[in-house]
Amino acid sequence: MPTINEIVSEEIRAQARKLLEEGTVAAVIGYAAGTLPMTVRPLVVRSPEDCSKLIWNTFCVLNLANYLPATLKSVEPPRGPRDPKPEGPLPKVAICATGCWSRNIVVQTQEHQVDRDRVVVMGVGSRGMVSRRKVEAIFSGKEILKVEEGDHELIVQGADFSETINRWSVVRDNCQTCTHPDPVLVDVRIGEPVSERKPPNPFIQVEKIEQKTVDARWAWFTEEFSTCIRCYACRNACPLCYCPTCFVDDAKPQWVGKSLDAVDTGLFHVLRAYHCAGRCTDCGTCETVCPMGINMRMLTKKLNKDVLNLYGIEAGMQPDAPLPLTTYAMDDPQKFMANEVAPVPSMAPATLGHRGPVPGSVKEGK
Amino acid sequence: MISYMPYPVRIDDIVVETEDGNLKTFKLVFENETHAKAWNHVPGQFAMLSLAGQGEMPIGIASSPTEEGHLLFTVNRAGKVSTALHQMNIGDRMGVRGPLGNGFPVDTAMKGKNIVIIAGGFAVTTLRATLLSLLARRPDYGKITFIYGARTPGMLLYRDELKQWAQREDIDLHITIDREAPGWDGLVGFVPTIAGDVAPSPDNSVALICGPPIMIKFTMPPLEKIGWTDDQVYLSLENRMKCGEGVCCHCNVGPTLVCKDGPVFTRSQVKQLPIEY
Amino acid sequence: MKVLKVTPAELDAMMQQWSKAHRVYAPALVKQPAASPNCAPGWRRVDGSGALTLSTGPTPASVKTFFFPQPETLLTYTLENNHPDKGLMREPEKSKEMQVVVGVRPCDARSVLLNNLPYQEDPFFQANRRRTALVGFTCDQSLSTCFCTQMGGSPLGSEGLDLAFSRTQDGFIVEVGSAKGEALVTGLDLAPADESEITALAARRQKEVKASSTELDTLKGRELGKLYDAPLWQPLGESCINCGACTFICPTCYCFDIQDEVVRGQGRRIRYWDSCMFPLYSLHTSGHNPRGQKVQRTRNRFLHKLKYFPDRFGPFSCVGCGRCVQDCPVNIDIREVMNDLLAVE
Repeated sequence: MPTINEIVSEEIRAQARKLLEEGTVAAVIGYAAGTLPMTVRPLVVRSPEDCSKLIWNTFCVLNLANYLPATLKSVEPPRGPRDPKPEGPLPKVAICATGCWSRNIVVQTQEHQVDRDRVVVMGVGSRGMVSRRKVEAIFSGKEILKVEEGDHELIVQGADFSETINRWSVVRDNCQTCTHPDPVLVDVRIGEPVSERKPPNPFIQVEKIEQKTVDARWAWFTEEFSTCIRCYACRNACPLCYCPTCFVDDAKPQWVGKSLDAVDTGLFHVLRAYHCAGRCTDCGTCETVCPMGINMRMLTKKLNKDVLNLYGIEAGMQPDAPLPLTTYAMDDPQKFMANEVAPVPSMAPATLGHRGPVPGSVKEGK
Repeated sequence: MISYMPYPVRIDDIVVETEDGNLKTFKLVFENETHAKAWNHVPGQFAMLSLAGQGEMPIGIASSPTEEGHLLFTVNRAGKVSTALHQMNIGDRMGVRGPLGNGFPVDTAMKGKNIVIIAGGFAVTTLRATLLSLLARRPDYGKITFIYGARTPGMLLYRDELKQWAQREDIDLHITIDREAPGWDGLVGFVPTIAGDVAPSPDNSVALICGPPIMIKFTMPPLEKIGWTDDQVYLSLENRMKCGEGVCCHCNVGPTLVCKDGPVFTRSQVKQLPIEY
Repeated sequence: MKVLKVTPAELDAMMQQWSKAHRVYAPALVKQPAASPNCAPGWRRVDGSGALTLSTGPTPASVKTFFFPQPETLLTYTLENNHPDKGLMREPEKSKEMQVVVGVRPCDARSVLLNNLPYQEDPFFQANRRRTALVGFTCDQSLSTCFCTQMGGSPLGSEGLDLAFSRTQDGFIVEVGSAKGEALVTGLDLAPADESEITALAARRQKEVKASSTELDTLKGRELGKLYDAPLWQPLGESCINCGACTFICPTCYCFDIQDEVVRGQGRRIRYWDSCMFPLYSLHTSGHNPRGQKVQRTRNRFLHKLKYFPDRFGPFSCVGCGRCVQDCPVNIDIREVMNDLLAVE
């Protein structure tokens, strides 16, 4: 009996081959097998023959949407920076996408980084991806040489051991609290759809930190980020981080110092998280790629919670709605405004600004 | 041992060189007499200009070793450090670290040869240093041809000196601007065209070419046509650099380090390198 | 060369002894702050109590942090108005306090020797070398990602170590590799190693085949243009996310950036780790970037290690520790790159 992911892999290869052979797309973004157990390598396939390299397994932890804008660009006919856009439709790119990655493609479309018409989403329902770190932690001190994947278990092998572990127990934290594992965009369906999940509390990990006292929270933050070596893997693996010049790289003015000073490191992480507010889909890639094992996902997850509570929005779930932080509604909570706190009685309300929707005003504008 | 310590200097004079105000020449005087004595450079070398609180930037040395007692640097206002430098005043303290790099072979390959100097835009700075060095030992060299072009008359650097050089019999001077301009009665045309018109003989000659990459690209064909080879042509490369001493790796072009192996290379050396400059 | 015999109990006593006079570091088994006066990233300061625990393979962090700290203060100055020395640079006092790094693997010990080639004339690196003693443990076991033998090293190598511990049946034999090593064992009552154990170690070393190091050496003679234009870079550059993880965890990546930092009028010029994977690394002020594309930067890192560095200094700039193989987020495997390069016609 082939496993679910073996079936998915075969379907990905067949569909990719078909899309490339028919000329529907010029490239397919997927995964190739890695050279170590529990690793995979993102791969852009451009010919039907190379489709045999494509695989799908429970270790596909990198967000492929990160590769989409560059791959779209790479299939366009070459032109100079001032040359006009060529006439007619540009070549398309197919991409394997799970729930969160497809939501990132929605965000990329909303932010005009990606032209939706040029993307063929090969939608794969995610069954949760496994954290290599969690598996390694179980076998601490022993080298894992091979991991065989079943639908619900992993057979972990080393030089002198072979053990079967439950797959879900080592699924990444973000996948365990994921509510939308099935892609929100599907042009080509791969495998079976996966139903919405209802974890009892999707923000349980964040709330554990929120419940701490201010001092304890600060201690958690200081310790968690103290190991950062400023390699920027978290930023570079993130499909939201596409600024041509990141604020940490700006020299004029220089916003952030470059050494490992805790203030600079903390500032980088906090600002990066804020840049992701309302846009992050909790794909967990930042946390996965960190060579130091920092849980920077806690910052973005906290902001995801705030955005959901404040605006009722989850990133990438409403393709037609504007992004929550690039727009406003008249009934947005605005506790930060001074006039909310203490209206001065002697002054006319008009001079203090309004406190509710103004009749006839635009409800939701840009 | 390498030292990252710049020599303390004071800004002794500032000359605004160009009409757009973006190029200024800074005359720097050593604060310490022993540093002034220790300093010894070759034309074509560069130095790190150091501004406390801002950082360092590599700039070609515009003064000739024969101008004793001070250093000249002509700096384009572009990045963080150069912008800060442009805001400084006469009397302010800064630092100079160097001299760095190899420089032009004024004492070796150029000696006894006819010298053709071709400069475009503000790349003329180290070539000014070179010309002054050659003039100080004029009998050591053959014919000197100096071709220099800028966009407009107001963008020419060292205008007073250009006038002086024009008076001399022992320099074949060709100053050109890109387009006709009111009050300009000199040459008009791009540097490659003028170089083709002047057609300096390659016999027993060496050419030094500094300027924007596009200028170098179009200057070579007319020279090659009359027999110039890549070994006779010296270019100066630029790359982002930090240490200037061949350690930090920033300026590498393949295995070559611009700061240490260069910045001066023959054209045949440059052709061996990947185009990463 | 002196070879001594040390029991595990004696090792504990030695560490205790050293920690009285020096800063002693051992590999950290739990998270360590990257910047803190008492730690170095991935290393913890020890007081000698408790036994030394080493995992198989390379230590979690490389020893480069002890020689090339992140950051190193090159100069200090004041920017206080009206201060007579405003803007005048001063060289900081270089620390002379000895640091003893215990638990170093042969691959990392070699990395210091390789980095010493470009840093031969660097006063800070050399000062750190003078004050750092490396106490290493040869590897009885390797990880599947280890390839030191391919890079000209050996799991049993003692090159670059001041003291090299190799396991015997009941303890260790210790090779004293330098005057610094000698100083660490002076005054300790240690017996010389048995002749039989010395012979046994030599025999084990003999058996260590220098795998394919000669084959890899053919890369050095290859024409740069061919390697540079090889088709392997395009897919590699496409997968690479251009983060600095590989360069920062690499013991032999040594490039740096220099910056000024000013806090409340007091300034310092620091150097800190940089990565040729970052676009900013090669960006000109004009906006021109000679390595503006991802593929160019990925290629630069590998060719620097496997071609540019050997061209300048002889050996490859890689010790085969396998850290990048393990930690690359997109599984770019330098072993594969080397094989692909060898296959370039």
